[in-house]
Amino acid sequence: MQSPSKIRASVKDGVTEVRVLMQHEMDNGRRKDEAGKLIPAWYITEFKALYNGRAVLTGQFGTSVSKNPYLVFRFRGGTAGDKLSVAWIDNKGESRTDEVLIV
Amino acid sequence: MHELVRNRVDAGRRKVLKVSGGLGLLGLFTVLGLVPSFARAGVSREAFDAMTLSEAFAALGGLIPQDSTLISLSAPDVAENGAVVPITVETSLAGVERVSILADKNPTMLVASFDIPVGTDAFITTRIKMAQTSSVVALVKANGKFYKASKEVKVTQGGC
Repeated sequence: MQSPSKIRASVKDGVTEVRVLMQHEMDNGRRKDEAGKLIPAWYITEFKALYNGRAVLTGQFGTSVSKNPYLVFRFRGGTAGDKLSVAWIDNKGESRTDEVLIV
Repeated sequence: MHELVRNRVDAGRRKVLKVSGGLGLLGLFTVLGLVPSFARAGVSREAFDAMTLSEAFAALGGLIPQDSTLISLSAPDVAENGAVVPITVETSLAGVERVSILADKNPTMLVASFDIPVGTDAFITTRIKMAQTSSVVALVKANGKFYKASKEVKVTQGGC
């Protein structure tokens, strides 16, 4: 089981700014371990951020996104106390969904 | 001898059962909604296999993007650690549908692609890996047309 994403969502003047840190190795399949064996590619392929069930950002990653992918984005609307969730799935089919309350 | 062969067959069969059992469980989780559903939107996965910028542009929509001064691409002039290069793309183009980030000399040059729904600003900050000094390209799809902006980033230590 992967560690939870760290999410912070705050609304100001009608715009909600979301900061997300997904915790993932994002191995590109070209790195080697101590024994010289290739570490297989393991990375988040897709994510989505939902506000009240509505997608406010979706995206796809390749292997060139840094370890522990970090994102900042903004959407119009959003009310303090409402839920914002971020879900991702990786190339092994593992997934995780985390949510926070907008402040 | 016979015993040995049978054991092998059994081992093989157990493996098959284990694999299919695993898939069944994943399928069940999906049905139960424990695995978030991802509507296969966005760009084709093949776009991530592109080896050249023109291949990537073709896979992302088949059009030659035009340079736009309405796209602001912020990236460091010099990245000391290629494993973590902060990138911000922002544009005042109207009708933005998608923002993609590419690093010209990376083995996987399409880094990420973001779909921007109505109501979300055409603004994204992220961190990317860069193998070596190269240009970073922000490709923006707005009202069905493609625009781009690029910036050279000098990489001191590659981080791919």
